[in-house]
Amino acid sequence: MGTILIFIQNAIAQGIGILYGATGEILTEKSGNLNLGVPGMMYMGGIAGLIGAFLYENAVAEPVAAVGMLISLLCAFACATLGGLIYSVLTISLRANQNVTGLALTTFGVGFGNFFGGSLSRLAGGVGQISVATTASAYRATIPILGEIPVVGEVLFSYGFLTYLSIAAALALSYFLNKTRQGLNLRAVGENPGTADAAGIDVTRYKYLATCLGGGIAGLGGLYFVMEYSGGTWTNNGFGDRGWLAVALVIFAQWKPVKAIWGSILFGGLYILYLYIAGLGRSMQEIFKMLPYVVTIVVLVLASLRKRRENQPPQGLGVAYFREDR
Amino acid sequence: MEKKIAVEMRGVTKRFGSVIANENVCLDVRRGEILSVLGENGSGKTTLMNMLSGIYFPDEGQIFIEDRPVTIRSPRDAFELGIGMIHQHFKLVDVFTAAENIALGLPGPMRLSLNEVRRKIMDLANKYGFEIDVNQKVYDMSVSQKQTVEILKVLYRGAKILILDEPTAVLTPQETERLFRILRNMREDGKAIVIITHKLAEVLALSDRVSVLRKGHSVGTVQTAGATVQSLTELMVGKRVTLDIERPDPVRPERRLDVKDLTCVNAEGITTLDHAAFTARSGEILGIAGVAGSGQKELLEAIAGLQPTTEGSVTFYPKQGDPVDTTHMNAGAIDKLGIRLAFVPEDRLGMGLVGSMDITENMMLRTYREGHSFLTDKRGPRKLAERIVQQLEVVTSGVSSPVRRMSGGNVQKVLVGREIASAPSVLMVAYPVRGLDINSSYTIYHLLNEQKVKGSAVICVGEDLDVLLALCDRIMVLCAGKVTGIVDARTATKEEIGLLMTHTEGVIEEGEAG
Repeated sequence: MGTILIFIQNAIAQGIGILYGATGEILTEKSGNLNLGVPGMMYMGGIAGLIGAFLYENAVAEPVAAVGMLISLLCAFACATLGGLIYSVLTISLRANQNVTGLALTTFGVGFGNFFGGSLSRLAGGVGQISVATTASAYRATIPILGEIPVVGEVLFSYGFLTYLSIAAALALSYFLNKTRQGLNLRAVGENPGTADAAGIDVTRYKYLATCLGGGIAGLGGLYFVMEYSGGTWTNNGFGDRGWLAVALVIFAQWKPVKAIWGSILFGGLYILYLYIAGLGRSMQEIFKMLPYVVTIVVLVLASLRKRRENQPPQGLGVAYFREDR
Repeated sequence: MEKKIAVEMRGVTKRFGSVIANENVCLDVRRGEILSVLGENGSGKTTLMNMLSGIYFPDEGQIFIEDRPVTIRSPRDAFELGIGMIHQHFKLVDVFTAAENIALGLPGPMRLSLNEVRRKIMDLANKYGFEIDVNQKVYDMSVSQKQTVEILKVLYRGAKILILDEPTAVLTPQETERLFRILRNMREDGKAIVIITHKLAEVLALSDRVSVLRKGHSVGTVQTAGATVQSLTELMVGKRVTLDIERPDPVRPERRLDVKDLTCVNAEGITTLDHAAFTARSGEILGIAGVAGSGQKELLEAIAGLQPTTEGSVTFYPKQGDPVDTTHMNAGAIDKLGIRLAFVPEDRLGMGLVGSMDITENMMLRTYREGHSFLTDKRGPRKLAERIVQQLEVVTSGVSSPVRRMSGGNVQKVLVGREIASAPSVLMVAYPVRGLDINSSYTIYHLLNEQKVKGSAVICVGEDLDVLLALCDRIMVLCAGKVTGIVDARTATKEEIGLLMTHTEGVIEEGEAG
């Protein structure tokens, strides 16, 4: 019982970062932009949040956890949004190839994170790891009382606020896409920008907003990893391939944010499953780490066998739009 | 009683770079009137209307709505002025329902109430006589249903002026009749309606007045009541033309091609061609009619060896020698057997020619396998290219300029020219005059007749029933992949063929996929 409980908790802890990435990417892809820069933007969000908190904690004598938290949250969101903006300018205004731009953004973002992660260590005096314990404590604060209820409380209420924010964000996105006028318009932009344009929708504006906001949301995934998961420390390449898992999760969830919520927990569980199976050698561990991708491939195969048009990617995904080219 | 003018365009000019699409065009539409804008392809009809719907902005001239000068910079401006355009290529989102498509881009509270939208749509549908299922997804709809959604979308936005760009190009005669009924209802309701078309019969049947464009200029507006097919054609083309398509009688028809029970199943498991059977004879033109997507493409491709078949057989009967069974053979294998089969596909620059290569190189696509040298022979194809350019009056800057720079008519002449150069015993053409002006169309009809007289079996897939009835000897009708009838073109009527085109027996959805 105890092991299963810890496994579930850890699966959720692994999944939340991925969920942020996937939620952001769903928003982005619904506008027709395939932004493969998600891993990069997550790095950018993570390091920016850490830098913000670090500078704040060093500047004041008595850092307040809540202020550090707000600063890092804003920094992370802004920096990742900037990543989304770079991508938007290149692909929407300059009509660069989306795949190339996205991959470049990932390379850039990972390097950006590692570079500033290293610089931060130098600033901190070059010894050991840097740490923003005060700010991290705000992120790691769990819900009092409720979190202490055995089993139910431990499974549901023993996490920091970013966990609940991620689920709220996914639910909000789902509501936005399915129930609001702007959501309908956004989906139309991703499916068929020519149609949206003819219906009087500002395609460029929708694409920019969705891509930048999507980047910002993905960046929170990086922040979650740095603050709540790692407790306010930085390790170069510490993310591993969680960014790519987020991209896979978008496909797994078939572009539906609600499906991404439980999908993220499943992915998180599969990702760490190898730790809970006794007697696995190193090579077998790596095979187990592949499980989320295997599941994604299976879902892709099943989805194309079932041929439901609603489960397919947005039709305009990956294609730049300009009105004169018709 | 003089009706009130809804829209007036005065001295409108639009240039694209050095090309003048419209020059000093004047046009007016009144309320409660249907105006046809008539002109050949490339005469600037669509460009002119796009300036009303906010897609293009005129370089010169002024547009008036109800005598008030206006500026239309975007589709949104056009909506606000009550102008709605139904484009030739529908602008609908496939995975949305009819109601969602209609609600798209509309202002209103953030939370979208689709129930309200649905109710308003049903009111409109009842008012004008549309049949529509508001919850149906667009990808499940037939072309005519999609058109209904497009028209309702425009009406929903409160359009008082409707512009329809070639609305009947994809409809059966019965669907066309239904559309015309609806358009007449709208006219009674005081809407101003503009239809862009080049089908003269429809102009005469539907509209009150006709404005004719020629090479970007307006050449006149006439009352439909006093016009005839002949007079309108002369206005449109600018010179006297004979409209009769000649039809020489077949001389000693012999069996050339036998198709039995041919069946194709596409990648989605849908039967696109269902036990098709017919015989094509030398010295005659066999027309194939049907709503777009009824299996025409699959039939021709299956015969040409470009499409796998699941059942049935294809047999060629050469002039001399024994019949050859080519079932399940690919195009290369059929060619190797020495069967002279020529195929002009509907997708000219996709399947027929390579757009970025010049005429000579495109000729070589047919002949590059000949000869034994390691190097290709370019001299023969070059001569052929020059001959085609000269004989078919192809307008081009030379045989070495890329074919994609040429106009649709000239591209088609090059393709047909190449295919008939091999003196085919069976010639298959799909939509040979699609997008061609009248003069080019008649050149193509003439070429087909020439092949027929020379003893080819010509198979011609067409969309204009008037033309098929005038050109062909027999017409085979396809519906949902099935042959619903083969009629004698000399005695058949349009209504008869129209009925065969929709002869369903409950299989209509399958036939409309893809």
